[in-house]
Amino acid sequence: MIAIIDYEAGNICSVENALSRLGATYELTASPEVIREADKVILPGVGNAAKAMESLRQSGLNEVIARLRQPVLGICVGMQLMCRGSEEGPVECMGLFDTRVRRFTEMPDAKVPHMGWNSIGNLESKLFKGLSEGSFVYFVHSYFPGLCTDTIATCRHGSTLFSAALRWENFYGTQFHPEKSGSVGSAILQNFLAL
Amino acid sequence: MVTKRIIPCLDVKDGVVVKGINFEGLKEVGDAVEMGVRYSREGADELVYLDISATREGRRTFADLVKRIALGIDIPFTVGGGIGSVDDAARLLDAGADKVTVNSAALANPSLIGEIASRYGSQFVVVAIDAKCVKGRWMCTTHGGSKFTDRELFSWAREAQERGAGEILFTSMDHDGTRAGYACDVYARLASELSVPVIASGGAGSVQDIVDVLTVGRADAALAASIFHYGEIPIPALKKALYDASIPVRI
Repeated sequence: MIAIIDYEAGNICSVENALSRLGATYELTASPEVIREADKVILPGVGNAAKAMESLRQSGLNEVIARLRQPVLGICVGMQLMCRGSEEGPVECMGLFDTRVRRFTEMPDAKVPHMGWNSIGNLESKLFKGLSEGSFVYFVHSYFPGLCTDTIATCRHGSTLFSAALRWENFYGTQFHPEKSGSVGSAILQNFLAL
Repeated sequence: MVTKRIIPCLDVKDGVVVKGINFEGLKEVGDAVEMGVRYSREGADELVYLDISATREGRRTFADLVKRIALGIDIPFTVGGGIGSVDDAARLLDAGADKVTVNSAALANPSLIGEIASRYGSQFVVVAIDAKCVKGRWMCTTHGGSKFTDRELFSWAREAQERGAGEILFTSMDHDGTRAGYACDVYARLASELSVPVIASGGAGSVQDIVDVLTVGRADAALAASIFHYGEIPIPALKKALYDASIPVRI
């Protein structure tokens, strides 16, 4: 069973729908017991990182997540909350990934938000099994995680090269939305479910 | 770098995709979910579904349809048509839409843009603008171009951006349906005045029209309906042509 963490961080039915398409059994939950017992855990999230972190802290779920031993996947803001902190707020986050989240600088060739399909490279994880360098995935974000030793995929927006995906021990995170990234995204979610 | 997007637009009436025949009757062209799945497999980057139902029952059917679309397709999709309040937008976003477009209601009540953006985020709000050129000035219209407002396109687009629009979808009513190409000069000016992405709509008749609006017009995305529905320009062939023209696209 996959636990999708429910912490009122925006619209998360696209993650549920993606898991349904893959035939996975999931539960949308805020229960620490259910989350601890799950085979895999997904931390979704859209919107404002500071608000989302506040919501996690209020429920104490940040402590629960940090102690998990099964594979955990943070998506978009969910991933950002697993970094050390974010300029959006600013807010201190869970500190699982050894990097901070910063805002893109607006430039003529790099609009903010970074919205649309972009290619990912330097793929270094089982998460990307079967995918080729330069595969396209869907991004919607104004803040990005910097490069660090946990980086397992990179992406370029304008002159900024950032972490498209991160991994530390059992924790995985994607800045892009695999649930909205067509067949490439489905493959990534399938790879996560197979970890 | 982020790629230019190709966006088929599907008009939905009472739950089915329709298209106008010579501006007269509407013809059913297919199931909204099946068509969306087909376009997404062919390489469409996003989809736009516009509800053209006129009845309360039709509106309810559309919200149910949005749930089925969200379950069925794995690329982003935007919905719009008749969104008049935050609650209307909320119902569709909660049903699984990735973005909503607001048009006439935003002109009547500009604060609607900020209300949706503050609740869901700017990336969820696409402000659609239909404008016509009158004596050299692009004036915003409502009700499919039939009613003029006193708002001018460029100032309204800037205001919409300031109020929280994540993207601007501009349709030139002078070009829409002509198949003679997009209003490239207008898109180029929008691109230089706005920091949010601009979606071009109205006038696509050929592959070259789309090349032009993405290069000369500097649009971030090209939206079209009939050229895709009629099968005149298959999306894979279009993507290949854009790639060959050195336009960054997802293939």
